[in-house]
Amino acid sequence: MVPSPTLAVNIAPLRDVHKALIRLRVNGETHEVYVPVHKTLLEVLREDLNLTGTKHGCELGECGTCTVLVDGEPVLSCLALPIELQDRDIVTVEGLAERGVPHPLQVAFAELGAAQCGYCTPGILVAAKSLLDQNPRPTLDEIKEALAGNLCRCTGYIKILEAVELAAQRMTGNWKRETGNWGTGSGA
Amino acid sequence: MGEEKEEYSIIGRPLIKVDAMAKVTGETKFADDLALPRMLHAKLLRSPHPHARILSIDTGPAEALPGVHAVLTGRALPIKFGILPVSQDEEALATEKVRYVGDPVAAVAAVDEETAEAACRLIRVEYEVLPALMSVGEALAREDVRIHDYGPRGNIHKEVALEFGDVEEGFAQADHVREDVFFYEGSTHLPMEQHAALAAHGPDGKLCLWSSTQTPHYVHRALAKVLELPASHIRVIALPNGGGFGGKSDPFSHEIVVCKLSMLTGRPVKICLTREEVFYAHRGRHPVTLWFKTGVTRGGAITAMHFRSYLDGGAYGSYGVASLYYTGALQTVTYRVPRYKFEGVRVFTNKPPCGPKRGHGTPQPRCALEVHLDKLAEALGLDPSEMRRRHLVQPNSVTVNQLRIGTVGLGECLDRVVERSGWKAKHRKLPFGHGIGVAGSAYISGAGLPIYWNALPHSGVQIKIDRGGGVAVFCGSTDIGQGSDSVLAYVAAEELGIEPEDIRVVTADTDLTPVDLGSYSSRVTLMTGNATIQAARKLKAQLFEAAGEKLGVPFDRLRAAHRRIFDRDNPEAGIGFVEAAVLAEAKFGTLGAVGSYTPPKGLGKYKGAGVGPTPTYSYSAAVVELTVDPETGFITVDKVWLAHDIGKAINPLLVIGQIEGSVYMALGEALMEEQAFRKGVHKIPSMLEYKSPTFLETPQMESILVETLDPAGPYGAKEVGQGVLLPVVPAVLNAIYDAVGVRIDEVPASPEKIVKALEAQRRGRASGNGRLPSVTFPEPTVVQPTGA
Repeated sequence: MVPSPTLAVNIAPLRDVHKALIRLRVNGETHEVYVPVHKTLLEVLREDLNLTGTKHGCELGECGTCTVLVDGEPVLSCLALPIELQDRDIVTVEGLAERGVPHPLQVAFAELGAAQCGYCTPGILVAAKSLLDQNPRPTLDEIKEALAGNLCRCTGYIKILEAVELAAQRMTGNWKRETGNWGTGSGA
Repeated sequence: MGEEKEEYSIIGRPLIKVDAMAKVTGETKFADDLALPRMLHAKLLRSPHPHARILSIDTGPAEALPGVHAVLTGRALPIKFGILPVSQDEEALATEKVRYVGDPVAAVAAVDEETAEAACRLIRVEYEVLPALMSVGEALAREDVRIHDYGPRGNIHKEVALEFGDVEEGFAQADHVREDVFFYEGSTHLPMEQHAALAAHGPDGKLCLWSSTQTPHYVHRALAKVLELPASHIRVIALPNGGGFGGKSDPFSHEIVVCKLSMLTGRPVKICLTREEVFYAHRGRHPVTLWFKTGVTRGGAITAMHFRSYLDGGAYGSYGVASLYYTGALQTVTYRVPRYKFEGVRVFTNKPPCGPKRGHGTPQPRCALEVHLDKLAEALGLDPSEMRRRHLVQPNSVTVNQLRIGTVGLGECLDRVVERSGWKAKHRKLPFGHGIGVAGSAYISGAGLPIYWNALPHSGVQIKIDRGGGVAVFCGSTDIGQGSDSVLAYVAAEELGIEPEDIRVVTADTDLTPVDLGSYSSRVTLMTGNATIQAARKLKAQLFEAAGEKLGVPFDRLRAAHRRIFDRDNPEAGIGFVEAAVLAEAKFGTLGAVGSYTPPKGLGKYKGAGVGPTPTYSYSAAVVELTVDPETGFITVDKVWLAHDIGKAINPLLVIGQIEGSVYMALGEALMEEQAFRKGVHKIPSMLEYKSPTFLETPQMESILVETLDPAGPYGAKEVGQGVLLPVVPAVLNAIYDAVGVRIDEVPASPEKIVKALEAQRRGRASGNGRLPSVTFPEPTVVQPTGA
């Protein structure tokens, strides 16, 4: 997050920062921001565009929490520089619902309890959207592979896997989920 | 409270959480999502030394940096604090000494984080480096180097010795006696959200702190003490926590510091810890060395148990006194133990302070005990599940250490996992490399005592009903992802006969909500649930009285469900909830009621008897099946069966979510997670190198709910947030033995330990027990058993 310290930064941090006017297309809307060029996409989204739905867990590219989509591909926004992403198509969790109607992934996550604390959820949702957009009928292993870069400490991942399968099933009609003998719960 | 209704309309249904849509749309505001006009950003300067005396601090150059608004040192915050009244040993910023790498020394408020960070680097601190004590052994050996100047002697923070009945007599009666030594490594919570806090001290002299804390009430008390402000002038709002697991349960340096910086600058001040700093804030699982000596009859009945624990506490007290007592408290509540002796010690070391992590002080002894029992069962030629099954504690009995048992679902839990896993066809029968293990456990449903001594309720709830039929439930409880907000809504909706979505919950705000002690000790569902029932039933009585008058139906025939109040015997005769609310307000005036809950008093009168009592214990059993690669030591967990005595599942979906999350966290501890240090420095303070399970390591899981309808719980409910972690770790160790025939009496059971043990086995050497630290325990307090 913070660039390596230089004498210039130490002595006059406000004067010597190089800023640039950057045009970003986020969730279909175009924004112009005048920000230091080293500011990460994560920071610009949260601090300059008030899109606080994108969270951060390490700011070092290790946990996947800050994942957003750039031209449909998952990208760690804590490692991405806006100046390199001008006019690209950026999607955050705020862009998943359309005119207030939630994406099937969001509905499935809510219904199955796949969001406990909900902090890793935005990153996982957009990563899952990218998967389903490219592979509408993923196998369980393909879902695990696609989400392996996103850590979650609450759910044990089970409900998330079930929710992605459920959303995929709903989005593709008659396709059957693999669920059967894993992640099962039974009442008393 | 555990009263059975003919049929519930809300309780027991797999409803979505009240905050689910906000969480999946990114609407939920966590602490770092907040921003206020004119807000400044704070950073902490932390100690680079594990142990050093502070000789001087020069803040001049930092203060001169453009953009810096305030620089703070410990001199401005001299009053010590800590979560427990007996260990008020923390300073917001260290004044004389630093005690671990990462101990906060100074703080800066500046226009942005970068400026604050640059200013921190300009602060000159002169240290005199002291010897770093990085292990229990070192800390005990160097009595001349004291990390703190309190505690019985040397670096011992707390020591305990209790004897319930004559254990020597019990060992003499045993057919078989065995001793084992275990080591359970420390691990950290690793919540996905980094701790954040925002403080605003207004021109009216009032202070507000928004924080990612599990315990706003205790933070409130700490702020009043350290800042020397009346508690009535401080408001603490806990935001939904992005994961807690116990790691956000202490009042923290950064929370106090932003308050003070806001008071100094007259501007809001925010801080968000970096991930590396979260590893230093820690308060995670204590590394514990454990020793068990148990005598059993031929049939596997325990005649006596002697247990010792040695806790590596880290640099400060935190919850440590409670953690120490918890290591010794709950051995007796699963299988009958007629004589029991507990000796334990918590030692200060120069590492980030340990505290409560999911299971608080009980996973370490439970793991050791369940492996120890597995060895005893083998020596006796008994099936380990059968041996446990035969000697369960009895419901409504009293243990030898004077703990009151409520309902006990452990037997059914064991039966269910044994049956579902096909245990009998697998145990000791799977091919080499494949194994299966079993374990049982118990946990508290809320601590019987509060953290500071008082006679007040542990949980308070206030409900108001407005004339539009709007229902608001106010409670100090804090949603850390477990669904405590939803539980309030479910219970209020059940009682008032409306739907959870009709209810607004207002939580975790010390100005607006009655005190709830916090999201710790698995207390929230039971305590807030009972308080909510009490408040809602007062209002229901008013609604029924008004509705009954209108309908001409006697009070006791009325029922509330599906947004109606109606005649039980003639459901057609009824009125809508909104109409009932209007009638009741006309009759009684403004509608509002409060409810509160205080747990029953514990039985024990001895020192230390405060840790262990609870309204009721939850029980769990786990079977783990896994594959060990004998070449690499690499373990693949194939499937986990987990049965849990939940009392009553208020929402089975959320209960299963807690089970799956606990199983996952247990597997992380069992196989890979370690908060480890080298030369005074945390080896791996990053999410990449601190190994935790990912989607790829996710095994199959089967969750089985056992309902025992405990009279102490709301609708019979017990806890589920923590207890289910406990049996999984020893079940893994027992399964490893079943798979490859070597005992790993250590957590995590990492591949190198397995390879080493297999190598030792090939060379005919036993993988010997570890060594115990050298401690002379005090003479035990002898407590005569009064129980059954």
